[in-house]
Amino acid sequence: MAADNRPLSPHMGIYRWQITMTMSILHRATGIALAVGSLALVYWLVALGMGPDAYADAQWLFGTWFGQFLLWGWTFSLSYHLCNGIRHLAWDAGWGFEIKTAYITGYTVWVVASLLTAAVLWVAYGMGGAA
Amino acid sequence: MNLRNPLATARGLGSAKSGTGHWWAQRVSALALIPLSLWFAVSVLRLVRADYLVIIVWLHAPTTAVLLSLFLAVLLYHAYLGVQVVVEDYVHTEWRKIATLLLIKFACILLAAAGVFTVLRIAFGA
Repeated sequence: MAADNRPLSPHMGIYRWQITMTMSILHRATGIALAVGSLALVYWLVALGMGPDAYADAQWLFGTWFGQFLLWGWTFSLSYHLCNGIRHLAWDAGWGFEIKTAYITGYTVWVVASLLTAAVLWVAYGMGGAA
Repeated sequence: MNLRNPLATARGLGSAKSGTGHWWAQRVSALALIPLSLWFAVSVLRLVRADYLVIIVWLHAPTTAVLLSLFLAVLLYHAYLGVQVVVEDYVHTEWRKIATLLLIKFACILLAAAGVFTVLRIAFGA
């Protein structure tokens, strides 16, 4: 192609960092994490269907430090994707495009998602030993 | 001057040839997942320290079987729609893109089928 010297549209490195761009890419990242998490959800159900022994194996697996790490990750991912998803639905309905509003809703998503994550971990660990 | 064929305007499918179908399906499934995922999260939290039989009893309840089946189906549908856009954005070789999308589609359908089958099998008392 003889188009090599055409002007390019500005790439990411051109722009000043803004929290809205981080939130946008994080929405996608958490979405992918949750899609992968559906594997764990179906594995958990299939293990339940296979009987107590298979379920004990699944319980052990989810109880390892790596299993717990993944469950925390999915807890935050679901909290964030849910809250920011509602923000996206509001945009789709035509509400919240003003820059100030976009920032306010953005910070609100961070706060609510963090609180939800903390609440889930508190219930999971706080009322007795680790699951 | 409008060079578009009037039929193309009437069909409203645009250059992507699928119109707003994907966009709308993603929003509708997202909306459905708000109550379904909240229900699922609360249910699982209530079962954190429950043993095997307690969870089986929970799965026997009709509400659980219906909501959990719906949750699995809508979740994997929404997951596919979302991952599809990511693949379309970043995989530019046509055959790689189609192969990746087909692989992910089959995986999502398999997971949904396995999940819903397990839920119903337990609910119907296996």
